[in-house]
Amino acid sequence: MIRLERLNIRLFQRRKTLILAKDSKAPETMIIAKGLTKVYGDFKAVDGIDFTVTRGESFGLLGPNGAGKSTTMKMIAATSQRSGGDLLILGKDPNDQGPEIRAHLGVVPQQDNLDRELKVWENLMIYGRYFGLSRKWLKVKIEELLDFAQLADKRNSKTEELSGGMKRRLTIARGLVNEPEILMLDEPTTGLDPQARHILWDRLFRLKEQGVTLVITTHYMDEAEQLCDRIMVMDKGKIMAEGSPAELIKNYSSKEVLEVRFGSDNNAQVAKELEGIGERLEILPDRILVYAEDGEQCLEQIIKKGLHPVTSLVRRSSLEDVFLRLTGRTLVD
Amino acid sequence: MAMDVESKVKMTWTGAATLVDPKVSMKRGALYIAENRLLNMMKWWKSIIAFGLGNPTLYLLSIGIGVGSLVDSSLGPNAIDGVSYLTFLAPALLATAGIQGAMDEVTWPTLQGFNWDKTFFSMNATAITGKQIVNGILLAAMARAVLQVFLYGLCLMAFGAVTWATLPILVLVSSTAGLGFAAIMLGFAGTIKEDDGVFALVGRFIVTPMFMFSGTFYPITSMPLYLQWIGWISPQWHATNLGRAMSYGMPIESWLLILHWAVMALMTLFGMLWAHRVFEARLAK
Amino acid sequence: MSSASIRQESAIEIAESRKGKLGAGVYSGRSRVVLERGYFALKSSTWAVVASGFVEPLIYLVAFGYGIGQFIDGVVDGNGNPISYAQFIAPALLATSAMNGAIYDSTWNVFFKMHFGRIYNGMLSTSLGTLDVALGEISWALLRGLAYAIGFMAIVTPMGLVPSWWGLLAIPASVLVAFGFAAVGMGITSYLKHRQQMQYIQLVMLPMFLFSGTFFPLTIYPEPIQWFIQALPLWQAIELIRGLTLGILNLAMLGHVLYFVVMIIGGLYFTTRRLTALFLR
Repeated sequence: MIRLERLNIRLFQRRKTLILAKDSKAPETMIIAKGLTKVYGDFKAVDGIDFTVTRGESFGLLGPNGAGKSTTMKMIAATSQRSGGDLLILGKDPNDQGPEIRAHLGVVPQQDNLDRELKVWENLMIYGRYFGLSRKWLKVKIEELLDFAQLADKRNSKTEELSGGMKRRLTIARGLVNEPEILMLDEPTTGLDPQARHILWDRLFRLKEQGVTLVITTHYMDEAEQLCDRIMVMDKGKIMAEGSPAELIKNYSSKEVLEVRFGSDNNAQVAKELEGIGERLEILPDRILVYAEDGEQCLEQIIKKGLHPVTSLVRRSSLEDVFLRLTGRTLVD
Repeated sequence: MAMDVESKVKMTWTGAATLVDPKVSMKRGALYIAENRLLNMMKWWKSIIAFGLGNPTLYLLSIGIGVGSLVDSSLGPNAIDGVSYLTFLAPALLATAGIQGAMDEVTWPTLQGFNWDKTFFSMNATAITGKQIVNGILLAAMARAVLQVFLYGLCLMAFGAVTWATLPILVLVSSTAGLGFAAIMLGFAGTIKEDDGVFALVGRFIVTPMFMFSGTFYPITSMPLYLQWIGWISPQWHATNLGRAMSYGMPIESWLLILHWAVMALMTLFGMLWAHRVFEARLAK
Repeated sequence: MSSASIRQESAIEIAESRKGKLGAGVYSGRSRVVLERGYFALKSSTWAVVASGFVEPLIYLVAFGYGIGQFIDGVVDGNGNPISYAQFIAPALLATSAMNGAIYDSTWNVFFKMHFGRIYNGMLSTSLGTLDVALGEISWALLRGLAYAIGFMAIVTPMGLVPSWWGLLAIPASVLVAFGFAAVGMGITSYLKHRQQMQYIQLVMLPMFLFSGTFFPLTIYPEPIQWFIQALPLWQAIELIRGLTLGILNLAMLGHVLYFVVMIIGGLYFTTRRLTALFLR
């Protein structure tokens, strides 16, 4: 009896805090990092970064391989201890409250780690049991999740029989089994075909509408533009830029980009003659990029100079341009 | 490694046709595969020697000498075949070494080639055929069996269980048994689509009983008839019996002598043809 | 019916209920769910693999106990009474199968789940702690060991190979033995990085099996070698179980029990520490 009462009080308190959170105008901070650092030997994977994530936000971590995105994700997921700085997740310190923090989180790792010895339904059931949730409750919850992940007719399949997209949806469904407040997705659509990606984006957008906070790493720029309210670009463990996709494009690129090719051996020669056209030039081995407010106009200027590019293309500037400008074009690995 | 995109890359192609003669590579494919396998083996030479020699030596010390002392003192002058237990056991242990060595080369590596890193498919993408892969693997397996049996024979010699005179024929007998078994296992390994502990099963239900009930530790005739058939179909028994006849002159009928060789040769042939079919079919899929 | 209509504490409340308790960072009191996973996995596994662990000691028993046994006489028990060779090796084979099963589960299986299946990665991104995982995996190995021990005894007892009623205690004793080996085995596995290194475990187990008084009494060795073998866990296990099946009890058996208790505690300590370092650093 007493236990039940206590439970009721606890539930009531929880509801109250939820209501309070909704009422208050100031956005609730979910994750706060100050000077967050991770060192492996003498290698600084994450080098003193500051950021905050608020409730209901969709926060993107962008960067080339080795930028420190996955390490940052692991520290947030309380599966990797920081080497320095402060990190609070829902007001808790992951260093000594790991299991408690993980109870708030849903994790979708970059590499699927579904349990290959179990079937689809069993994967969800056992994962829920890891959190200590009751079988009775899970049985109903799993039906919701199977519908959500469009896997209801695959419930008795082995995970090996699933396609890449199905596996990823199952991993996401699994990450939702504890009704997490924060869902962490590490490169959720890498390796999926376009159809599967779009289905996944749709599902993730629905979660966002339901108020789940999303933390996403990706190196697909279109994905970041689709899914993220705010983006943090990382390189070599540091933050290079932060802001909404539109802000980043505005601050670090131009409205349009003109791409012209004069043949691999001539680009560098021709580039000298293009000085002064557009806001900024970038000379690549295979083509020249002209960043400008109006790409067509620049092309006219070039042709007026008597230069005839083999091909030309005017396009809108994208996050990819921002990304490449901030993190460089050198191959990382 | 960081690579600068700006760096000037100059590549020239002369074309494959001028580099390799397709006729030659078609003829020697199996040798290339065997070379590849042997190079791979070299990386693990320490553990190959440690296990190839270690395991049978341990059995030698434990069963040959430990249990052997119990048997010798119990039987006294009525010893099996009139020789010490260790002498009786030695040819059987050599056959085991041959079979084990050859088998290690065809089981896990085949699973790896088809299922894990799919190297067989990339071999097949060159001029090399499935048959050549099979032949190359078997060639390498035979080489390994010969090496392992030879080293182990040296070990047994230290205990006086074999002599310089009998070693060469024992090596031939034991590695032929290894080849016969490996050929069949290669065909089988090629059919495995995913590893559900199949080799653990093969180990427990085929290799262990074969080791135990093939007249290895006592004459096959001292077992009840319903267990003796295990020996008849196992290369272990054929090699052991041959080896006993060759090393200490165990009396044997000449038709049986021929039968032992014939069975091992047939196993090799059957296994190889089966493996050819399995590999060709799977690579063509 | 929707999940919202069933009363369920949230995952957060469940996790918070252990707040402040000893070891809350590594233990959530839920190692039993790891057993539930084992049960589900067993259901869809190949039954023959599971059964094979039970067949192996029987093959040895038939081949050696009855095969070589025909050529051996004069084996005596601890009190000097003659016993058959099969009676001599049966308890040793039980102890060995407890060791083999526990080591297989805690090395190959654990290694696979750690590096290829990434099962522990999944478990440890939930509110489970590392001690839950270690305890759960080891308990699973023990359940299997218990099943094998019961099966083995059910076959060898009617064959007259267990002359004493004390033999019943051989079943819990082999579970104790399995626990010791599983705890230490899992600790060791957590340090291994390559599949090939797994063979080194075999390199230790096979000689232990062959020389720990399994097939012949230690008395054939010179004394220093006898001491060395007596320090090995399998000899301790065989002595304990052989004493029980033959019904010859002595105080030294308490020493054997203590030996395994130490292995269990040490093994668990290292495994938990190591898993924490691997997955939560």
